[in-house]
Amino acid sequence: MDPNIKEYDVIVIGGGITGAGTARDCAMRGLKVLLLERFDYSYGATGRNHGLLHSGARYAVTDKESATECIQENMTLRKVARHCVEETDGLFITLPEDDLDYQKTFVEACQAAGIRADIIDPAEAKRLEPSVNPSLIGAVRIPDASIDPFRLTMANVYDAQLHGAEALTYHEVTDLIINQNRVEGVRALDHHTGINKEFRAKVTINACGIWGTLIAQKAGVTVNMFPARGALLIFGHRVNNMVINRCRKPANADILVPDDTVCVIGTTSDRVPMETVDDMRVTPQEVEVLLREGEKLAPALATTRILRAYAGVRPLVAADNDPSGRSISRGIVCLDHETRDGLAGFITITGGKMMTYRLMAEDATNLACKKLNVDKQCETATTPLPGSEAPEQLSKKTVAVMAAEGRHGTLTKAIAETTDVVDDALVCECEHVSVSEVNYAMDNLHVKNLVTLRRRTRVGMGTCQGELCATRAASAMCRKQEQAADVKADLASFINERWKGVQPVGWGDNMAEAQLTATIYEGLCGLNQYAGKEDLK
Amino acid sequence: MADQMQLNNISENNFEQCLKCSICTVYCPVSAVNPAYPGPKQSGPDGERYRLKDPKFFNEALKMCLNCKRCEVACPSGVNVGDIIQKARMNNPHKPKLRDMMLANTDFVGSMATMVAPITNFALGLGVSKAVLHSVMKIDKHRTFPAYASQKFETWFKKNAAADQDKYSKHVSYFHGCYVNYNFPQLGKDLVKIMNACGYGVHLLDKEKCCGTALIANGMYDQAKRQGETNMESMRSAIAKGRTVVTTSSTCTFTMRDEYTHLLEVDNHDVRDHLTLATRFLFQLLDDGKIKLAFRDDYKKRVAYHTACHMERMGWAIYSTSLLKMIPGLDLVMLESQCCGISGTYGFKRENYETSQKIGDSLFNAIAEADVEAVTTDCETCKWQIEMSTGTPVLNPISIIADALDVEKTIELNKNR
Repeated sequence: MDPNIKEYDVIVIGGGITGAGTARDCAMRGLKVLLLERFDYSYGATGRNHGLLHSGARYAVTDKESATECIQENMTLRKVARHCVEETDGLFITLPEDDLDYQKTFVEACQAAGIRADIIDPAEAKRLEPSVNPSLIGAVRIPDASIDPFRLTMANVYDAQLHGAEALTYHEVTDLIINQNRVEGVRALDHHTGINKEFRAKVTINACGIWGTLIAQKAGVTVNMFPARGALLIFGHRVNNMVINRCRKPANADILVPDDTVCVIGTTSDRVPMETVDDMRVTPQEVEVLLREGEKLAPALATTRILRAYAGVRPLVAADNDPSGRSISRGIVCLDHETRDGLAGFITITGGKMMTYRLMAEDATNLACKKLNVDKQCETATTPLPGSEAPEQLSKKTVAVMAAEGRHGTLTKAIAETTDVVDDALVCECEHVSVSEVNYAMDNLHVKNLVTLRRRTRVGMGTCQGELCATRAASAMCRKQEQAADVKADLASFINERWKGVQPVGWGDNMAEAQLTATIYEGLCGLNQYAGKEDLK
Repeated sequence: MADQMQLNNISENNFEQCLKCSICTVYCPVSAVNPAYPGPKQSGPDGERYRLKDPKFFNEALKMCLNCKRCEVACPSGVNVGDIIQKARMNNPHKPKLRDMMLANTDFVGSMATMVAPITNFALGLGVSKAVLHSVMKIDKHRTFPAYASQKFETWFKKNAAADQDKYSKHVSYFHGCYVNYNFPQLGKDLVKIMNACGYGVHLLDKEKCCGTALIANGMYDQAKRQGETNMESMRSAIAKGRTVVTTSSTCTFTMRDEYTHLLEVDNHDVRDHLTLATRFLFQLLDDGKIKLAFRDDYKKRVAYHTACHMERMGWAIYSTSLLKMIPGLDLVMLESQCCGISGTYGFKRENYETSQKIGDSLFNAIAEADVEAVTTDCETCKWQIEMSTGTPVLNPISIIADALDVEKTIELNKNR
């Protein structure tokens, strides 16, 4: 065998939360792991949802199994992913147009699933959450919380690496190496160098969300998936400090989540053809639905500035015994293609939800361990992720350090310990990201360009959407690693990527802000020379 | 889309209308001299998003803000940057120190001090007192407290002027403020002289309390609010008699017109339009042809006008300067509008002295270069700062007008109006 081809126990395809979690679990069980991601971590559905740590209440009435999974994982993640979770609690409100009888059904279902659900007086709900629609006629308090998917994914990747795993971003799997009904590895294209590479492993795990159906095709097996697109809107600041849901059968735009410095309303739900899953543009119709329904949860949304719109695609999986695809599960689907299709060394883990990623990872890892004859128990339910260990007091307590603590937990220590005053300067003022935090991300968190830097730190995710911070971040990256020539293209790509999300909500103050941004980057920096170039992802 | 949806973006003090252009930080006098201050943009609209997430994100550095409001003047998007910062401070109150209480309670301290004015002035001027204030009270030793008058303005007015006021056909009420009452009654006397010459009777308010500027700056919001309510009540009864309420202090005026609603939630909607600075009132009367002024032929003076921060915020410097320009013998030099650094009680505090003087430095140089006999400004605390730092005497525009006024001729001109 070619000595240049590396040999692993497990290759995990997909750098979303499921893949990252699986890579970590495998590595913690002592396996030699390679994680491959075609663009960047959390590029897909992981980075395109509410950021809601469901209590499970939403599924209690319709899907008890999912609800039970949710509440168990909810309680687990509060401990092991402490720094990614904000314990906000949530409300399920009944509006005059809703059926108050449903509240009783709802509370009973919650209790049956083991979810604490307290009926509270509407007046008490208004006191707890002043932004809530004041015309509510009923309210139930449940243990919802918000969770940061970017941080959660990175913490899993980081810990996988601490346990010996290798991880490569911008490596797209082009095909699988199949020999006598056995998957023996993958071939992947390195997007940055254009080089095709080969990696060998005893087990390959397909953890690609909706794109998993395409990977399965490459392996010659069929996994029926039904892309369900969901659009969301991000508002400029927090309107609410508790999650607000509608107490009715799940429908469009009935969850409002406070995430870090913003709040997010969503989602729509539309079945879309597989060919469109890479098209994430949000339509005016989606924006209208989100606003119209969102305003009913919190009337202030009607006059609150919207920062941007985005969409993601849920990987819904058809049950194996139902070729028509009518029986759709939201539950976890772990397929052993050896028993199912006669294809050894290949596992697909899909379905589920972001917040059940750890269970999904456990299922997939258990199966991989079985195939590899490794007998080691899963420890991810009790071992904290890096950053979520017991907090210690930091000597420096600036706003930027506290903001960084919200993102990196106990790892912030390395960011806060600065000696040079320049390191304390802010790159992103909206989100309080310091030079030191950017340096830390570049050293530790696979930063390849400005878009990846954004996912690691929140640079450019605030009100200005990159207007002021993009150049500063680019300059910090120049000092550290990049060539100045590449940085200009990177900057243009980053600004374009930000504009794509602003465009569907481009009115009022957003337009004024966008005009200023365009003037700076086109007029002043001359970046329009890069117009029409493909964006970095 | 549903009616009215997203037609306006509304946020408290317009904090979300910030386009992050950072021009406020360019105009911030504190940012210019103190790199430790995060600047109005970061302290205001940027920090607000984090404070909405969790009040723990309040930053002690916000206390470095002077509340000069120059950021609000600079902002092209109408963001009340200064108000956002002040509101954040109000939501994170600290217990005022004895020093802060002393500096803030201008009313109480003033009443006590005027009773024994010669002793107070003598004692405050002593090196040993300054040393004690500096070390124990943390009031900077470089500062000289404005001298206390031996007779309060109110006392003088009641004894010497009140009885004559009813003979006029038109009337104004006068909010004199603490400075005129306790430290410098002459300014009040000057106003009475001008108004009377123009045919206006001057009256005190039923009950006047300190406007509360110093209380707000020192974290004593409840007391400021109570005093604000009293002032508004008194002004309402004056307005009911058809009187405009005039003042001779830009900061008192700004506080009562704008800070009452923005910060203290004191309702002043029915008072605001009837409360104005005396120079603005006079200018508007002149502009409408309702009064005329005559000036002495032998008056000659070269003075420089300094735009106080709150005059800049109100946009009213034009009234004072236009009025001054009417005096034939007055050679008026306009100084570039910038903060003098004192900001009320801010510069009195030992920890702020250096910043305070650094901020004022270029103004002091400009005054030295202007080669004038006096500086004129509408703010009394600017007066203390400029006099201490440059040695040039500082006069209120009203005092200059009173000095230059030909009283007999003015009375004659306004007799049958």
